[in-house]
Amino acid sequence: MTEPDTGLYDPHARIHLGVFLTGVGPQLIWTDPSAAPHTAIESFVEVAQLLERGLFDAFFLGEGLRVRENRGRVFDLDVAGRPDAITQLSALAAVTSHIGLVATQNTTYNYPADLARRLASLDLLSDGRAGWNIVTTDNAWTGENFRHGGWLAHERRYERAGQFVQAAKQLWAAGDSGTAVEYRTDLVRLRTEPGVAPSRQGRPVLFQAGDSEGGRDLAARHADVVFSANTQYPKAVAYKLDLVSRLARYGRSPDSLRILPGASVVLGDTPEQARERAAWVRREQVTGPRAIAFFEQYWGTDLSAYDPDGPLPDIEPSEGELDPSRGTISIEQRTGKAAQIQKWRALADERGLSIRELALEVSPGHPAFVGTPAQIADEWTRYVRTRAVDGFNITPYLVPSSLADIVDKLVPELQDRGVYRTEYQGTTLREHLELPPVSEQEGIG
Amino acid sequence: MNDPSVAALHLALDVHGRDVHSLRAAISAAEQAGFALATFSDGPLAQGVPEAGTRAAFVSRLTDRIGLAPTLHATVTEPFHLATQLAALDHASHGRAGWIVGAANGVDERATIGAAPLTPEQLREELADVTAVARALWDSWEDDAVIKDAATGRYLDPDKVHHIDFVGESFTVKGPLITPRPLQGQIVVLAPDALELDELADVVLIERADAAAIGERARAAKEAGAPLAFAEVSFGFAEPDAVAKLVDLLRSLAAVVDGVRLRPADPATDVPVLIEQVLPVLAAEGLLRPAPRPGDTLRATLGLPRPANRFAREGAVQR
Repeated sequence: MTEPDTGLYDPHARIHLGVFLTGVGPQLIWTDPSAAPHTAIESFVEVAQLLERGLFDAFFLGEGLRVRENRGRVFDLDVAGRPDAITQLSALAAVTSHIGLVATQNTTYNYPADLARRLASLDLLSDGRAGWNIVTTDNAWTGENFRHGGWLAHERRYERAGQFVQAAKQLWAAGDSGTAVEYRTDLVRLRTEPGVAPSRQGRPVLFQAGDSEGGRDLAARHADVVFSANTQYPKAVAYKLDLVSRLARYGRSPDSLRILPGASVVLGDTPEQARERAAWVRREQVTGPRAIAFFEQYWGTDLSAYDPDGPLPDIEPSEGELDPSRGTISIEQRTGKAAQIQKWRALADERGLSIRELALEVSPGHPAFVGTPAQIADEWTRYVRTRAVDGFNITPYLVPSSLADIVDKLVPELQDRGVYRTEYQGTTLREHLELPPVSEQEGIG
Repeated sequence: MNDPSVAALHLALDVHGRDVHSLRAAISAAEQAGFALATFSDGPLAQGVPEAGTRAAFVSRLTDRIGLAPTLHATVTEPFHLATQLAALDHASHGRAGWIVGAANGVDERATIGAAPLTPEQLREELADVTAVARALWDSWEDDAVIKDAATGRYLDPDKVHHIDFVGESFTVKGPLITPRPLQGQIVVLAPDALELDELADVVLIERADAAAIGERARAAKEAGAPLAFAEVSFGFAEPDAVAKLVDLLRSLAAVVDGVRLRPADPATDVPVLIEQVLPVLAAEGLLRPAPRPGDTLRATLGLPRPANRFAREGAVQR
């Protein structure tokens, strides 16, 4: 079988790195004594400054709209509690000088003029280092925290996002010129006179994270960077080719959009050490209680009486499909619950797996890159020189130590291969990403 | 806690700063001069200035004792976002956040969210609801909700993270907040007196023509339950005897209010004169509260107690 490829090769391609701190979820290990206090501002400052030392392009924060729940109760096993992203990044802007500061913000429960103004403010205060990771949400569950809860039909969320982003671009283009902007479509209505001066990068860099058809199209029309889920090489290649053809449809060159898939990285001094470390990480992430909670979502019932080291529950799951809206399972799991459980039962029977062993096998979150710094540097060099990706957006498992390892061990290996900067060339996020100036980007789509 | 019987003033300064350099300079001057609080004025149509919440956050790591109170407008945002932004500011500043309740309600201001102005009745309800919901959300995590119990694998005690189930006149909010309880417990809420939010505010900001009228309104605010009343004082030094006049005004205000918010006509020239020529006279007469010390929360500086959590109290009664 031949490896898929993009048909492209660039010996001078550079890797762009970001870190995505979701702030919640099972991938973050909090039980280790080295884990930084999760919500303390000092931890965020430490990470941002560490990444700046590692010459990273960007530091991303996730967005919280509702504290996650499992069967109607606040979910208690994962780290939780996070700041407002733009507020936190504005604080970080004052104590950093180069790193890009990217806020995840949804287009469903925000007002476009208000959000555009806050993002422009972060961009100005950081002297051109702001980014906006555009996401959508639609469900009535998160909507219960907002005035217009559940107002937008699922199929229309990217229509709203497209109109929202278009309005934001118009507002940013007006800057503080005193020009009134009116934007009126079926899903966005505003009239304002924007008042924040443009930063040195023109406007915030736009990131897009959704992988659905609507998400890909939004990326091709509006985004500067995609934070994709297509990390495995063949998927990355297919994604790149898909995106290039979409870009052409909107008259954009392949180089006007950077692709940074999410990546979890586990390093070791030897391949064996790295594998052992990865197994440890996985066991810390998939604890007994988490394994029970994982299956409770599918069974739809209390399984706390079951021993995680014992066999799968013999009782039948509840009727009905899963509700992926509570933030703990992915949207793709909307349908097919019964078949899924049947498959798992067969796998557990065949291999004699306990509840926790099965969860270790089948729950999401396996690290994408496990190896020595040299191994991963080689692999990443291939990814970028064949133009499958432009870099990676790293999701850490232990903060700050797993990131310090990347800065201290992996970055030098990348530099040795000539695929990573040895100093910042510019100061704005747009410059770090080697994107064309905004003036060449706009007026399309 | 400060002695409430002392007729001395807390000082707040409205800090300007159109760009990073002027903002850094302005906040540094205010903190050095011993102000209790910097305020950041704003509106949805403000020109030539970054949004107030981002300005306050930007200076949070550049300062260690001055309070930071942005104006956030309840009428042009989501209440949940507003409460989260202020909670994050309180964490970033180690307990120095305040909130000046904004009530932008003009035709053009409301058009920024594609809405028409609220009627006076709707506006009163809206402001009361947004303030009440923010306060409930700030209590939605109890102080000891994060337990990090490695033995059971529990990061949180879910019984200490609460839905608030707020039902207002025009909106509902389920809760809890996504951000743990602010370090101050409750952020210091400063409400302009015209909004008539006295019973929900920590500080009522009073704008009246003279000290007598200000004193009268301050008494009413206290009777309604507001712990503190500050006078709004706009000032400038264009007139030849302006320094002496301002000193006189502040002397008379010291007898009737707990503090003043000073708003310079021309920040670049007026603030240095205020700091060099006006404040030393008042300090010498014992009319100024002591400057905050590094690490003080805004509540501590203002002599406000850290409030108990409403949900913790309920829980205690049930047990």
